[in-house]
Amino acid sequence: MSAALDIRGLTKEYVRGKPVLRNLDLSIGAEGITAIIGPSGTGKSTLLRCINRLVEPTKGEIRLTGAEGTIDVAKLRGRGLRLARRRIGMVFQEYNLVERLSVMENVLCGRLGYVPLWRAWLRKYPEEDIARAFALLDAVGLPEHATRRADALSGGQRQRVGIARALMQRPDLLLADEPTSSLDPRTSVEVLEMLTKLAAAEGVPVIINIHNVALAKRYARRIVGMHEGAIIFDGPPEALQDDHLRRIYGGEDWL
Amino acid sequence: MSAAKGGDAMSAATGDTLAPLRREWIRHTPGERLVRWAMFLAVVAAVVWAVRTIDIIPEFLADAPEQMADLLVRMWPPDLAYYPRTVHAALVETLHIATLGTVFGFVMAIPLALMAARNICRVPALNALAQVGLVASRSVNSLVWALIFVAVFGPGAAAGVFAIAFRSIGFVGKLLAEALEEMNPGPREALRAAGAPWGAEMLKAVWPQVRPAVWGVALFRWDINVRESAVLGLVGAGGIGVVLEDAINFFQWDQVATILLAILAVVLIAEIVVTRVRAGLL
Repeated sequence: MSAALDIRGLTKEYVRGKPVLRNLDLSIGAEGITAIIGPSGTGKSTLLRCINRLVEPTKGEIRLTGAEGTIDVAKLRGRGLRLARRRIGMVFQEYNLVERLSVMENVLCGRLGYVPLWRAWLRKYPEEDIARAFALLDAVGLPEHATRRADALSGGQRQRVGIARALMQRPDLLLADEPTSSLDPRTSVEVLEMLTKLAAAEGVPVIINIHNVALAKRYARRIVGMHEGAIIFDGPPEALQDDHLRRIYGGEDWL
Repeated sequence: MSAAKGGDAMSAATGDTLAPLRREWIRHTPGERLVRWAMFLAVVAAVVWAVRTIDIIPEFLADAPEQMADLLVRMWPPDLAYYPRTVHAALVETLHIATLGTVFGFVMAIPLALMAARNICRVPALNALAQVGLVASRSVNSLVWALIFVAVFGPGAAAGVFAIAFRSIGFVGKLLAEALEEMNPGPREALRAAGAPWGAEMLKAVWPQVRPAVWGVALFRWDINVRESAVLGLVGAGGIGVVLEDAINFFQWDQVATILLAILAVVLIAEIVVTRVRAGLL
């Protein structure tokens, strides 16, 4: 099967002449979890945000392949970009739920790219969207929380809603930017476990930025190590050795 | 003043072996202290200047207590029979002016607030333009707005409504723009990432975040407008001020007392209602 995401020569400079991403090539298959590891400030988040254009890439191609064919996300503008974005789900470190809306409405927010504005306004979402939202809430283990306000939930519960919202889009690709960095170790494992299971069930490839190397090795089928805006390791978790970690993170006292 | 000279007692006991560990900490640099003194002097100078500028006529100041007592005696007892005859209708008109003025003010303030908020409108020139509009509205007192609209619409409640509305734009718009700028950008980012159009982003990520501020500002401004619309009648813009003006001109001090009591009662009730509703908002 062809790659779901094919990045070619991606460069991002927030300040001219100081690239955060340096001419980066990355190809993501149509299934499984790819974990991106690397020190803070190395451009992991920028890479993820370039893919759905929350950050504008300076140069390069970002080719997304899915049910609706292949497009170069880096070249899109306006409505085209919007239609591409709804094919890419995103999960955030700080969940980014709308705190004053109910859990159900937050999950349905994943459909805002598809649903006409008047339906969103009147909360008249299509039947099948509501059915799917309930199914996803069941799947993430929050069936009885549908009517609670998002700000009444714990961190782990919020992230589950965030995942359900992203899957509501029926995405061709799921991006997760440090999804467990605000969670305690046990909840982190539970959330990742669930994310892995649901992504596999939906057949969605996932790119996940993660600080915790142990969790990355446990859940990812492929690990990408970044250092100063470039990929310096790319392979299965078993292949990741201390030597690689030294080169990714620098120093060695911490190992 | 707040220089830390810790360790003196300790060093006396131990023969100052801690001397190398003692470091001095001073809150303000000499430059900062100079500026603080200069500011203090400037404030004193301003107060002295202000006091010398206002002309106080000694004769008037001397018999002010007598005049005050005389006025109060004439006001007592208030002519309560006057209330149903004239005051009540004017009072209701005042409340209408305040309410309609607040609503119109809001309708005009919302687009300006959206334009002024730098995280909503990304064009600095438009931000500045909206700010100028908001400041212009605030810089004109409602009595002056009333004079203008009396000239436009003629005397009556319509002029009052527009005076209140135009004075409210600046206040409401500024507070709404601040509420917009203070909101969490995360939910908007999430909706944008999901491919939501601008309208959906406003509806589902922005509005829920600013909703409590909008209602809070609306109630607060209505409360102010009730008080402001009570005096608009002085320049002919309708409401209870017209009745007050008449009563003062005819030296009917017992009627003036009734009117002032009615205004006090309404303002008190408005205050209580607003406080109650605001408490239930968040």
